[in-house]
Amino acid sequence: MSDAPSHRPFSEPAPILRWLAGVIVVTYALVSVLPIAWIGMTAFKSQSDAIAYPPKVFFTPTLEGFVDLFTVQTHQPHDFIVKLPPPTSWYEKLARDHDKVIAGPSRVIERFVNSIIIGFGSTLLATFLGTLAAYGFSRFKVPLADDLMFFILSTRMMPPIAVAVPIYMMYRYLNLYDTRIGMILLYTAVNVSLAVWLLKGFIDEIPREYEEAALIDGYTRLQAFRKVVLPQAVTGIAATAIFCLIFSWNEYAFNLLLTNSEAQTMPPFIPFIIGEGGQNWPAVAAGTTLFLAPIFVFTIALRKHLLRGITFGAVRK
Amino acid sequence: MSGMDTITPLAPGTSTRSPPPRVRRISGLSDRAVVWLFIAPTMFLLLAINIFPLIWAIRLSFTGFMANLPRPLGFIGIDNYVDILTDEDIWTNFQVTAHFVFWTIVLQVLIGLALALLINQKFRGHSFWTTVILLPMMLSPAVVGNFWTLLLQPQIGPFNYFIGFFTGAAPSSFTMIGSVSLAPWTIVMVNTWMWTPYVMLICLAGLRSIPEYIYEAAEVDRASSLRQFWSITLPMVTPFLMLAVLFQAIQSFEMFDLVNLLTSGGPGSTTELVSITLKRAAFEKWQTGYASALAVILFVTVFGAANIYVKLLNKVKQQ
Repeated sequence: MSDAPSHRPFSEPAPILRWLAGVIVVTYALVSVLPIAWIGMTAFKSQSDAIAYPPKVFFTPTLEGFVDLFTVQTHQPHDFIVKLPPPTSWYEKLARDHDKVIAGPSRVIERFVNSIIIGFGSTLLATFLGTLAAYGFSRFKVPLADDLMFFILSTRMMPPIAVAVPIYMMYRYLNLYDTRIGMILLYTAVNVSLAVWLLKGFIDEIPREYEEAALIDGYTRLQAFRKVVLPQAVTGIAATAIFCLIFSWNEYAFNLLLTNSEAQTMPPFIPFIIGEGGQNWPAVAAGTTLFLAPIFVFTIALRKHLLRGITFGAVRK
Repeated sequence: MSGMDTITPLAPGTSTRSPPPRVRRISGLSDRAVVWLFIAPTMFLLLAINIFPLIWAIRLSFTGFMANLPRPLGFIGIDNYVDILTDEDIWTNFQVTAHFVFWTIVLQVLIGLALALLINQKFRGHSFWTTVILLPMMLSPAVVGNFWTLLLQPQIGPFNYFIGFFTGAAPSSFTMIGSVSLAPWTIVMVNTWMWTPYVMLICLAGLRSIPEYIYEAAEVDRASSLRQFWSITLPMVTPFLMLAVLFQAIQSFEMFDLVNLLTSGGPGSTTELVSITLKRAAFEKWQTGYASALAVILFVTVFGAANIYVKLLNKVKQQ
């Protein structure tokens, strides 16, 4: 984190101003990650610590929340628990400490698997289609190219809730309701607009001379695309793929309305992680933490391309 | 598609200085076939999953159809539109939405621009802290809405304590989600928390695009820092800021997930944004025709406003 070499000899800020700016920004950063940190902490609290009044900052960490998240438990009388054979695993012991017996795994694993399959499936498909279309728009004179590109962008402007009704009816009719393939197709359609816009920007930046040289050397257009353009567009394709993945991973409205169990992903599921008598906050927080963790990794991986991704390639650094 | 005839291989672009050589290929697909093959699947998918439903929604909006009843469509003309536009409740929802969009944008712009200006002072470690600040906007809005309900619980949540610590108010004396007067501000606050980094990031790009020599010239002319800010920094950042506002305005106007989980429109209908009304009409009351009409109104509003705005943006850019 070294300082960038100063570019502005004239308007260089005074050291005290620079220091003050740093203090304000760091304070903002700390306050703004506080909510996320609190959820991360709650994941490791016991249920009584999580709903303590006043809220507890210092507590003894426990994995109860994670055990509650991944298992279904039943309450048993204490006498019954004492008579059982000794627990065979640490998580069983943890449950029995609270007079509970583990009855089996919870549905959260299926939801995670759905999130992963739908996320990766739609990302692969959207990136694949997007790369082809972006190459087409970047290198050839497509009739009405500007209009088509605007059309592609405008599909993203539609409020999801507004198109959800007819999509719901269409999916019912085609038996795609509550199926993974239905969700993959839908997310692909939403993501492909972003993919085309971003990738067109990336491919535009690759000099055409390389391909032309390859074509002269006797490559066909497809060979030139595969062996010359693709390798050079790898960074852009990877960045685009991560953006698509983040969208599919985070999406809520379509999944809420177009699934009810088989193809449900994590975002509509997390609010329904309920314990006895209200939400089991440590379990909710544990689910949230596991769900958000990959996003932190992606954010760091994407740092350089973030700006492009969030503005559809309109702003490039 | 007679227009396809106009496709020529590689029109001279920005990166080619001389016209491309004419290449004869012995085998492989023609360029025309390649372009068709590459673009068609995307277009087909968008037509099937975006445009077809939209057209269907327009059709449904003129019917009294209810998706949970096996009945024919039953065209009723523009009744749905008349119902919506004369419904006091819908106007209230639009007002709630307008309040939400307006204040979200104002706060995001003020805080986002301020942060960008401060980060641009390039203090030690600024790039690390920038990444930290960006985190909230990468998260799932639904999950964010859900976990803020814990943070905002008047007794067990830390938020009221935090506020109480600085203001001296008793933590259990107010409730951010349950109170009619505070709830509309709560959704503004959480949305601002989440999306200010977005505005900040774009402003930062704007600041970095200003060439140094302009400031150098201003220094030579002995322009004060305030003067430099008003006549150099701000005008140069404005197009970037306007772009950020465009994206954020569309997003807030269509907001559903975060608010649905944070307040689900309550208390009463004080935080019921139009898209929450729409979801209820479509998937709880099953008034499919009515909901479709509302969807069309929503879409036309977004699209129309965005188009006018983009024209404005282009004018500003040219200056």
